[in-house]
Amino acid sequence: MRSTPRGLSQRRRGRLLKVVGAVFAAVAALLLIVAPASQATSPSPTPSPSATTFQNSISGFLRGDDRAPIADVTITAKKDDFTGTATSSANGSWTIGVPTQGTYVVELDESTLPEGIKLAEGQENPREVTFSQTSNLSVIFAFGEGIVVQQQDFGQNLINRLVAGLSFGLLLALASVGLSLIFGTTGLTNFAHGEMVTLGAVLVFAFNAMNLPFWLAIVLALLGGGLFGYVQDAGLWKPLRRRGTGLVPMMIVSIGLALAVRYVIQFFFGGATQQLPYAQSSEIQLGPISISPNNLWSLVISAVVIAILGIVLLKTRLGKATRAVADNPALAAASGIDVDSVIRIVWVTGGMLAALGGILWAYYRPGVTFDMGSQILLLIFAGVTLGGLGTVWGALIGSIIVGIFVELTTVFGLAADLKYVGALFIMIIVLLIRPQGILGRRERVG
Amino acid sequence: MSTQSEEPRTSEEVNYMTDTRPIAAGEIAPGCKKRDPIVVAENVTRSFGGINAVDVEYLEIPRHKITALIGPNGAGKTTLFNLLTGFDTPNSGKWQFEGNSLAGVSSYKVARMGMVRTFQLTKVMGKLTVMENMRLGASHQSGERLSKALFKGIWGGQEKKITEEANVLLAKFKLDAKKDDYAASLSGGQRKLLEMARSLMVQPKLVMLDEPMAGVNPALTQSLLDHIKNLKAEGMTVLFVEHDMHMVRHIADWVVVMAEGKIVAEGPPAEVMKNPAVIDAYLGAHHDVDLGDSEGIKELAAELVADKESIVGTENAGIISLDVVAAETDEPKGPGSDSPVRGRRSAEEPNRGEQPPSTAKDTE
Amino acid sequence: MDFGFIFSSAAGELFSPTTAAYALATLGLAVHFGYAGLLNFGQAGFMAVGAYGFAISTLTFGVPFFVGLLIAVVCSAIFALLLGIPTLRLRADYLAIVTIAAAEIVRYIVTTNQLTAITGSANGLAAFEGDFYAMNPFPPGSYMGMNNRDFFIRIVAWAVVALFCTLVWLLMRSPWGRVLKGIREDENAVRSLGKNVYAYKMQALIIGGVLGALAGMIFTLPRGAVQPANYGTELTFFLYTCLLLGGLGTVLGPVVGAMIFWVVLSLTQGILYGLIESGAITWLNTVQAGQLRYILVGVALMLLMIFRPQGVLGNKKELAFA
Ligand SMILES: Nc1ncnc2c1ncn2[C@@H]1O[C@H](COP(=O)(O)OP(=O)(O)OP(=O)(O)O)[C@@H](O)[C@H]1O
Ligand SMILES: [Mg+2]
Repeated sequence: MRSTPRGLSQRRRGRLLKVVGAVFAAVAALLLIVAPASQATSPSPTPSPSATTFQNSISGFLRGDDRAPIADVTITAKKDDFTGTATSSANGSWTIGVPTQGTYVVELDESTLPEGIKLAEGQENPREVTFSQTSNLSVIFAFGEGIVVQQQDFGQNLINRLVAGLSFGLLLALASVGLSLIFGTTGLTNFAHGEMVTLGAVLVFAFNAMNLPFWLAIVLALLGGGLFGYVQDAGLWKPLRRRGTGLVPMMIVSIGLALAVRYVIQFFFGGATQQLPYAQSSEIQLGPISISPNNLWSLVISAVVIAILGIVLLKTRLGKATRAVADNPALAAASGIDVDSVIRIVWVTGGMLAALGGILWAYYRPGVTFDMGSQILLLIFAGVTLGGLGTVWGALIGSIIVGIFVELTTVFGLAADLKYVGALFIMIIVLLIRPQGILGRRERVG
Repeated sequence: MSTQSEEPRTSEEVNYMTDTRPIAAGEIAPGCKKRDPIVVAENVTRSFGGINAVDVEYLEIPRHKITALIGPNGAGKTTLFNLLTGFDTPNSGKWQFEGNSLAGVSSYKVARMGMVRTFQLTKVMGKLTVMENMRLGASHQSGERLSKALFKGIWGGQEKKITEEANVLLAKFKLDAKKDDYAASLSGGQRKLLEMARSLMVQPKLVMLDEPMAGVNPALTQSLLDHIKNLKAEGMTVLFVEHDMHMVRHIADWVVVMAEGKIVAEGPPAEVMKNPAVIDAYLGAHHDVDLGDSEGIKELAAELVADKESIVGTENAGIISLDVVAAETDEPKGPGSDSPVRGRRSAEEPNRGEQPPSTAKDTE
Repeated sequence: MDFGFIFSSAAGELFSPTTAAYALATLGLAVHFGYAGLLNFGQAGFMAVGAYGFAISTLTFGVPFFVGLLIAVVCSAIFALLLGIPTLRLRADYLAIVTIAAAEIVRYIVTTNQLTAITGSANGLAAFEGDFYAMNPFPPGSYMGMNNRDFFIRIVAWAVVALFCTLVWLLMRSPWGRVLKGIREDENAVRSLGKNVYAYKMQALIIGGVLGALAGMIFTLPRGAVQPANYGTELTFFLYTCLLLGGLGTVLGPVVGAMIFWVVLSLTQGILYGLIESGAITWLNTVQAGQLRYILVGVALMLLMIFRPQGVLGNKKELAFA
């Protein structure tokens, strides 16, 4: 490619420049549509005004044992010389914006509780709470006559965390399977995948803020994710592949893209944490497991989507073509497979999967922020690398391991704000033992 | 060196170019013992997924000789190279170089011990100049140590010597005009040459060349063949993989044939070419054709050209390429090579002409 | 709009200690990526190790400046070793992911509340620079418009940069540097010539990492504070932008790259703020203008990589990749 005559390469360069420009224009346009809405309206249940002035918040819902919301209760959060106060609203929600993350002392003013409602026995008040990676921290106060909050025993806790971890792992898998497919077919390690995740959640928030029905917002967000994948491939990666750009340069380009897109999102979305509709839900009991309905939905949805994806990959022509391209693009091309269209489909699918992962992640944390995707990018990578770059099933297994591991670390006494460390550490250890990942293949030398 | 000790001679006295002592220690057979082996491999196996890429029961490479390793595509030659030089790890087996076991020894140590290889997919440092590539091969540059790198006084002198050596080699390989160009600007054939020259900079005891002549123009091939032959005079041992039978005949003292990971035959070139197992290995399904006479080959070639899977007429035609046969029939050399009884029938079946489509699906 | 002010503050960035810190950290990356081909995406981690190593040893253990410096350097060398042992045998893309993960692990660890007593968690540490400024030979006064502290840190920072540029230059012209470049091109070929590739890569990783650690110190000294938020993955990506701006396989490239990076950022920032204040731009507020710089860096990184990967100083033919 380097040896192409100057004129030609310059023309090509011009075209590429245009195309790169087009990607940005498209992203910017997409976000412009979103922006006014996101700035105008405040999201459904939560933030009280104080939450928008600070990037971090402590929040919760006050509900009696009959699930009725408890309004007008005063709660304060203190740290060093900072004190924030909030009063629970009619639907029981309260939010205190805080300047920095860290450990706060949260106190519920029991004198403001309505007649006949008391904190459940064993509920610590005031209590110390600590932010873990998210910028929102939820605190639950349980109420009720005679309700004793059980000190969860270890086994109980373990099972709960396992299920939560599975749910988290599967949502990671949605993103990492896409990443892995893209890696398999194009060789690209896409650092902008985190932004594809963010986009899904941000789009749902935006469409919802435009008062579209919830289901429509989700559908549109998924389509938006797919479109972003398509535009990225058509506008950037395909021309780069055509040019014969190496894999390492492409990786660095993807970093540039990630930075640009992340801050374009912040530009329009702002730095605050927003909530999607139905983000707050209290845990339900399923046999021995207590899980929030959102997590349960998330688990079911991602399991079903991954199962469908698996069937498509294994059984359909398209799936076989995809695997063929992943195995050996040149051979696949020679045997009549339209490699470019397969790659395009992979990008669109990857974009949609990432968007879905992002929506579920927004419920899992809970909250939508401009950098939510880049926060789990490394966990996605960890999942993919653990399983072996480029293998779909490896990505699935790796992500589940990472998800479960992240959740389990707290059970085994690691501080909540160190829970990602464990997963990243495990990845490094596994690579030490098996450099090609769990399911990866070794390359040939010479 | 220990293997040499029984020899009733001192090595200085022998002229390796004209040394005609037998190479094998006993009867010639696949995996036979050599009089003076430099490499000994035992039960070396490597499988990828289901297939056994390499499954060598026993192999010795003779010292001070030029040994050719031939075999059809995918026979496992490159993989065997990788295993012997520590670039890949076998599933089982042990092998040694000059009496030192190499199992588990990393590739750079293997190279330091004097066993240097080149790659089938040429590896040159594209963004270094040809001269820098050559200097990189030098094994005795103390400036390569971090502790001495800062002081030019320490390594400047050595650098001059190395540059001289490199100049001599580059001239031999016709690359002297290119020495200040980036290696990336070299043609495919020139890269092969550079890689070979660079490996000689290490001053190895055993050079292992993986398809050194692929893509080198025929005019240059001849002079290169002479260079390779001359390596013997300098006391080096050469092991090379090659599909060009002309070259194999021309310079090899010994030929080892691999097929499907196994050593199927070995011996002096003239003998090996006649070996039915070799023909089986190369021809697969067409094993029943008479390769002993050039007419037969021509017929077969005509037949095979139409056959898509055939290697005839391609670069990989190997021992059944027409010019080899032609060369052989034109200039009969050595005792027996002009005998009418050649090819597979020389082994078992004395009657020529109506050979039954024998036993031989067994190599598949 | 006050162009005089905008330009003079942009020119001030040219020799600011932060620019020096970026130049030094980028020089470390040049050793890693430009010369040895190691795709280290965790340079921010090395900087954090340097800054925290120094700050903690000064504050917690009360050691004198040079001991603190030594501890910081040793810590970063150990970090490089720990990182190198599992990763240097891996393919470039695995290495990238593992190094970025390791840098994040460092950041999580200095952020965690469990270690607040030592690391100050999210708030970081402060007031450890006393020993350094106590060595200031310049009496109070005005030096080219700066006070003696600012002047001193600039002199020291750029002297360190100059020293290490020279050292790296000496190393890279030596046979040692040649082996390193060979590894960048094709490590198996170098291995087949009998060089211990792993050891060379490790040496390069440590050297570049130590440069990163020193850069981390230069970065924190003028601020008098170290905070984990400064050492996120974005920092590494900024360094890559500097590296690509200046040119990969060059010694002065990182310096030039860091200068261009900061001057351009300062200029765009100044002009945008000016336009906003004068009311010429109304669709932006100053917060968004601040975010615009990140977008700008991202786009610049992409365009550079695509259209001028050899940077300002680099020679395209000598580029690490084609
Ligand atoms: N890293 C690998 N992974 C999977 N299969 C491999 C690998 N390396 C080699 N093989 C397989 O092992 C077999 C032997 O390959 P090898 O490269 O050794 O053949 P060869 O004799 O050198 O062939 P050629 O003459 O074409 O160079 C082939 O079937 C090849 O596909
Ligand atoms: Mg081969």
